[in-house]
Amino acid sequence: MAKVLIEDIIKSYGETEVLHGINTDIADGEFIVIVGPSGCGKSTLLRMIAGLEDISSGTISIDGKVVNTLEPKDRDIAMVFQNYALYPHMTVFKNMAYGLKLRKFSKKEIKVRVDRVAKLLQLEELLDRKPRQLSGGQRQRVAMGRCIVREPKVFLFDEPLSNLDAKLRVQMRLELRKLHKRLKVTSIYVTHDQVEAMTLGDRLVVINDGYTEQIGPPLELYEKPASIFVAGFLGSPAMNFLSAQISADGNSVQLSETVQVSVDSVNRQIIAEKKVTFGIRPEHFSLSDKGKTGLPLTVDHAEFHGASTIIYGRLQGNDELITVRLPHVHHINPKTVLMLTALPEHIHLFDPKTGKRI
Amino acid sequence: MIEQRPVAAWFSHTVLILGVVVVAFPIWITFVGASHDAIRMTQVPLPLLPGDQFFINLKAAFVDGVGNAKEQSVGIMMFNSLIMALMIAVGKIAISLLSAFAIVYFRFPFRMMFFWMIFITLMLPVEVRILPTFEVVANFGMLNNYWGLTVPLIASATATFMFRQVFLTVPDELLEAARIDGAGPMRFFKDILLPVSRTNIAALFVILFIYGWNQYLWPLLITTDKSMYTIVMGIKQMLEAAEEAPEWHLIMMTTLLAMIPPVLVVIGMQKLFIKGLTETEK
Ligand SMILES: Nc1ncnc2c1ncn2[C@@H]1O[C@H](COP(=O)(O)OP(=O)(O)OP(=O)(O)O)[C@@H](O)[C@H]1O
Ligand SMILES: [Mg+2]
Repeated sequence: MAKVLIEDIIKSYGETEVLHGINTDIADGEFIVIVGPSGCGKSTLLRMIAGLEDISSGTISIDGKVVNTLEPKDRDIAMVFQNYALYPHMTVFKNMAYGLKLRKFSKKEIKVRVDRVAKLLQLEELLDRKPRQLSGGQRQRVAMGRCIVREPKVFLFDEPLSNLDAKLRVQMRLELRKLHKRLKVTSIYVTHDQVEAMTLGDRLVVINDGYTEQIGPPLELYEKPASIFVAGFLGSPAMNFLSAQISADGNSVQLSETVQVSVDSVNRQIIAEKKVTFGIRPEHFSLSDKGKTGLPLTVDHAEFHGASTIIYGRLQGNDELITVRLPHVHHINPKTVLMLTALPEHIHLFDPKTGKRI
Repeated sequence: MIEQRPVAAWFSHTVLILGVVVVAFPIWITFVGASHDAIRMTQVPLPLLPGDQFFINLKAAFVDGVGNAKEQSVGIMMFNSLIMALMIAVGKIAISLLSAFAIVYFRFPFRMMFFWMIFITLMLPVEVRILPTFEVVANFGMLNNYWGLTVPLIASATATFMFRQVFLTVPDELLEAARIDGAGPMRFFKDILLPVSRTNIAALFVILFIYGWNQYLWPLLITTDKSMYTIVMGIKQMLEAAEEAPEWHLIMMTTLLAMIPPVLVVIGMQKLFIKGLTETEK
């Protein structure tokens, strides 16, 4: 168990810089999820922590020791790869024992450790099988077992669930969470799946294009996204963004000539008549009471998801696309006009130029 | 498309049987020839059914020797061939594995230059550079010994390319997982790379063993000492018996014996061999 400190990490491949100074501070026993769209540099960052990729500049320390130049084996980390990377010619037992064998553990100690982990992961029956005789989920668990037997200071995961089918992914996600509760080993987990990120992480590091967008607990990122990118990346269906302008008195935003929504200015630096991006999540609308005013939405179509209904439509006045999620089942015909109220405490405002939260 | 009609089945069986007959007939004649005495073999028509001299001929050829190569028994020649074929096969595989390993997994200066140098040797087989190679071998004092027989044939680009191709299909993650587990380069080579390319090695071994066993020109050139004769060149020498007529019955027996080791290697490694040529899973 150990702290991991990542300071000003820059990575360039030749001329192109793909990470532009990442800073993160990972506490002992924490489960950190690095999340971002494909190609943003998540794997690169993880592989630098593992020692599989050179560090162009900056420092990485594990447990107070700078590991920049250490070989992967000397960093006391273990890694689960996306395609598991099990040794195809070794049995499950040998796969798990290999790292221990190279570290000169006694045969007896190896047996004790592998058996204990096999029990923990329900792999006892499979110890004599070769990887190709296992299902995807079982391979996944063997890959995890191979890491756990080593009892390393840090676990690294690079999209370990992305090769599993949806149901198994949910199940493995839960198991991973339970496992972490039990072992309490510092874990760094890379994924591009925001649901995985939200459900697994103690804290998330959102990376976009080689820059950190925001670091914090999932709920905080969800409720107070620091930028348009984070706001749009987390949550499904994604947040609605509308271009708007602050009214002259600073108490409301003007979405179109006829539609305006009042906002509270607490904790916000509101500048009158400034152009802003107005953001609101689909679930933060409610139907206005009969006769009251609100945002008029012309419905395009509605999807029924059982527990909720998702409505796609266009805002009257400026024709922008809006997604609304209402609890329960609503039977709504296309072309009807709904009056919506945006819940004021859930309104986000962003600076359209910098993308930062106001 | 797979034909199910009886006519088609009948037809394809005929073709297959004809093929087998064409291949098997000379072998049958060899066997028949090896089982008659010298006199019968000089009379026409040649026999088509086996005689009763098989074990007598076997002893005569295997232990006592034949014709011009009389001082050398077929047993010794086969032993020489076996050593040569094994050394060539094992040597080629060992060298090619290591050079392919270096080219695929290490970044050293002039890597591509070395790669292309190996490539160029493809265009220069022993037959093309036979005189200079002979000169070199002679200067090293390797005439008339196993080193001279095998070393010039060992350096080989084809096998290096094959292993390079095999190694390129091994996923990078395997190397990375091994590095994290604490394996150094040679450990990775021994524990992961070799077992993973096991079937390819077996396939190549079969091919190279037969290649080595069938060498004719090179052994002919560098062995003058009869104790170093190999079986393939030995058969040729038997045909050139000075005065008397060739001892066909013994020559046939020798040929039959010469076929056995390659056949055994193919049969013994058949399963791995086929896997090595067809399997793609890594
Ligand atoms: N060896 C390399 N040489 C040059 N550029 C590279 C190399 N490896 C990665 N990159 C670039 O670095 C960027 C980040 O790659 P990385 O693999 O970290 O993405 P990622 O966030 O893990 O994406 P994904 O979710 O698709 O796995 C990409 O733009 C990629 O093109
Ligand atoms: Mg990746």
